[in-house]
Amino acid sequence: MTDQPPLTPKQRMAIDRVAMPEQDATLRAANFREVNLGLAQQIAMLEAERCLMCPKPYCIDGCPVRVNIPRFLRLLRDGDLPGAADSLLDDNALPCVTGRVCPQETQCEGVCLRGKKGNPVAIGHLERFVADWAQAHPEGLTHSAPIPTGRTVAIIGSGPAGLTAAGELAKVGHDVTIFEAFHAAGGVLVYGIPEFRLPKDIVQAEVERLKASGVKIEPNVIIGKTYTLPELSARFDAVFIAVGAGLPVFMEIPGENLKGVYSANEYLTRVNLMGAWNPESDTPVLHGQRVAVVGGGNVAMDSVRTARRLGASEAAIVYRRGREELPARAEEVHHAEAEGVRFEYQVAPLEVLGDESGWVTGLRCQRMVLGEPDESGRRRPESIPGSEFVIETDMLVVAIGTRSNPLLTSTAPDLKVNQWGYIETDPHGMTSMPGVFAGGDIVRGAATVILAMGDGKRAAAAMDSYLRGVYPPLTPQPNIPAARPAHDVAPAGA
Amino acid sequence: MHPVIAKSQLSPNVTRLVVEAPRIAEIRQPGQFVIVRRGPGAERIPLTIAAADPAAGTISLIIQSIGKSTTDLVELEPGEAITDIAGPLGRPTELLETGHAVCVGGGVGTAVILPIALELARRGVRVTSVIGGRSREWVILEDELRQAGEVVVCTDDGSYGRHGFVTQALQDLLDAGGIDAVFAVGPVPMMRAVSEMTRPYGVPTTVSLNAIMVDGTGMCGGCRVSIEGETRYACVEGPEFDGHTVDFAMLADRLQTYRSFEQQAMERREACKIGLRRPTAASGAAS
Repeated sequence: MTDQPPLTPKQRMAIDRVAMPEQDATLRAANFREVNLGLAQQIAMLEAERCLMCPKPYCIDGCPVRVNIPRFLRLLRDGDLPGAADSLLDDNALPCVTGRVCPQETQCEGVCLRGKKGNPVAIGHLERFVADWAQAHPEGLTHSAPIPTGRTVAIIGSGPAGLTAAGELAKVGHDVTIFEAFHAAGGVLVYGIPEFRLPKDIVQAEVERLKASGVKIEPNVIIGKTYTLPELSARFDAVFIAVGAGLPVFMEIPGENLKGVYSANEYLTRVNLMGAWNPESDTPVLHGQRVAVVGGGNVAMDSVRTARRLGASEAAIVYRRGREELPARAEEVHHAEAEGVRFEYQVAPLEVLGDESGWVTGLRCQRMVLGEPDESGRRRPESIPGSEFVIETDMLVVAIGTRSNPLLTSTAPDLKVNQWGYIETDPHGMTSMPGVFAGGDIVRGAATVILAMGDGKRAAAAMDSYLRGVYPPLTPQPNIPAARPAHDVAPAGA
Repeated sequence: MHPVIAKSQLSPNVTRLVVEAPRIAEIRQPGQFVIVRRGPGAERIPLTIAAADPAAGTISLIIQSIGKSTTDLVELEPGEAITDIAGPLGRPTELLETGHAVCVGGGVGTAVILPIALELARRGVRVTSVIGGRSREWVILEDELRQAGEVVVCTDDGSYGRHGFVTQALQDLLDAGGIDAVFAVGPVPMMRAVSEMTRPYGVPTTVSLNAIMVDGTGMCGGCRVSIEGETRYACVEGPEFDGHTVDFAMLADRLQTYRSFEQQAMERREACKIGLRRPTAASGAAS
C-alpha cells in the first residue's frame, strides 16, 4: 500500500506473473458460468508492481484504443482504485469487455518489456480487475457532465464500434442515438460471444452506463429497411455506420443445407441472444451429441465450447492449417483443449453427408500439408491425394468467417463500397457521403472487438472535429492498426 | 412497445391482431414481413404484414396458433402489448401493372395474399382470388379479398363454395386462358402443386417461402432455400421467389428441423397451464 516503501527493480523483477483462477475444466464444460474467476485486489496490486513504468511504454502503442496502461497500473499499484478506474474509463469505453476478450498476447502484452525475459505483465487481467471494480462501485467514479453542443449524431449498430463511438461522442456533449436491428443492444457482445466468456450482465451494465451518460438506444430499427441511410443523414448532423460484417460465409460444398448444419452466427445467436442454452427457452437449438465445428478463430472456439456445454460427448474443431496458425486467442485454445475439445488439424471438408431424412451424419474431409506462406503470411494448405476420410457428426457448425451485409449499403447509392461490399472511408473514417462515417467490420472486414473499438474511438474524434466545423481534423490520428485486406475471410470474432 | 388495438378470430386457429407500429404502417409494401418477439424470453418469429393503416399507425398480423410462440401471441388482448416488432423486412412483391392475376391462398397463407391482391386491384389489374380451407369455418379473409375482385372459395369437404382443392379451381382458370400471373401462398405442398400446375402454361408464378428465421436481416442463414440450385436467403432475397425455381422438398425438409422441440414446448406450456411442473425432456445445459 501507499505507506510501504517502493519496491526495488530487483524485487519487482522477482515477482512471478499472476495466474488467472479458473473454474475447473470438467465442471465448466457442463455449465455456462464464466470460466475466468477474476483476481483478488491484493493479487492484482502485486501484479501491477511488476510493471516497470517504462518511460516510453510500448504497451500503449500496442493497444488499438491507446489505453494509458502505466498510468492506471500505477494508480492500481498504489491502491487508488477510483483513480485507476477513472483513468481506464477515460481511455476505454468498454474495459469490462476488453479485459475479457482482447487478444492481449498480440497487443499490449505482446510488446511488454517484461516479456523479453519471462512473462509480460498480465495487463488484460488487471484491466478486467479495475473495470469490474468500477462497475461494482459507480459511486466511486468522478462524473463531469459535458456542456451540450446541440449537435445530433446517429450511430447504426450497437456492437463494440458503435458503443465506443457513442461513449466518446456523448462524453464531449453531442446528442447521440444508437439504432440497433436486434431487440437488445450489444451486437456481437450479446449474440456472438458466449456467457462463459463474457457474462451478459457485464455487457448490460456497460450499456446502462452509456445510457446514463445520455446515449439513447432505439432497438428493432433496421437501417436500410425501417429507415434508409439518406433519411438518417438528413435527420442527424452526423452518422456513424458500425453494422459489422453480418452475413455468414458457408463452405459452398455439397450438403450444407442439410438439417443440423448451422452457421456459427445462427448457432451462437440462438444460444446467446435468444437464451437457448436454457432448455426451457422458447427458442430451440439442436443439442448435437457429436459436433464438428469448421474454422479456427474465436467464433469457432466459442461454438465448439458451447456445443460441449450443451451436452456434446464429442466436439471437434476441423481446421485447414495447424495449431500454430489458429487465429483464435491463445487462452480460448487452451480453454477448449482443457474442456475436452478434439482438434482435427490440417483437414479440409469436401462434402456434408446426410441420411435419407435429411439430417447431417458426417463430414467427408481430406488431409492437408502446409506449403509455402501465402499473402496472409500463413502457410498455405495443400491437399494430400487419397487422404479422404469421414468425421461422423450429428451437428455441424460452419465458422469460417463473415462478409458484408448489403441491407444498408444497397439503399444508399451515394455510399462508396469496394468490390466486397465493405465501405470505403478516408483516413479519419468519413465515407463518400459528407458527415457519414464508418468503422469496424463493415470497413475492415471481419476482425476483433478491440479493432472495432479502435475504429469507433478514431471516428468519434474525427466526427467531433467535423461537428465543430473543422474537417479534416487538425490533431493527428492515433496509431490504429491498419485494416486487413477485406477479402481475407479468415475466421472472425472477438 | 406495440399495444394491441383490436383482436378478432378468423378461423378456429387463426387470429388477427391489429397492433401499433406507426413507422412500419407508413412504409410497408405488399410481400413484406416483420419479426415479432412477444416479450422477454420469447422467440423471434416472422409474420406477414397482412394490412396497414398509416393514418392510425397500425398494422394487422394474422397468426395461426401452431406452436407455443404463436399461441402465446394470440392470447394477447387489446390493452396488452408486443415488446418488439422489427421491420418491414424482405423484398416487396414484384407486381404487374395490367392484365389478369390469380391470387391463390391456402389457410393462413391467405393473409400474405391479401395485401398483394388489394395492391394489384388498386393498380388496375384484374384479380381473381382462389382461397381454400378444410371446411367453411377455416376459410379466412373472403370479404376483404372481395374488395380486390372475384373470389372463388374452395373447401375440402364441400361445406362452402366449391368442393375440392384450390388447385382444381386454378386449373379451370388456367384452361380458360388469359392469366398473366399467379401469386400462391400456403402450405408447402400447395405452393408446389400450384407451381407444377402453372409451369406447362408458362404463367409466371410467385410463391412466398416461410423459412425458419432468427434475425430476418441475412445474419443467421437459417432461412436458406435452394433456388435453381443456388442457396438464397429467404429473409433478404425473398421471401417471394419464382415458384418454378424453388426446391420445395428442401424447404419442407428444413421446416421439420425443430418439430420435436415445438412439441415439447407445447407440452410444457400445457403442463404450466394446469399448474404442473414436468421435468423437461430436452437434454442440455446444466446450471
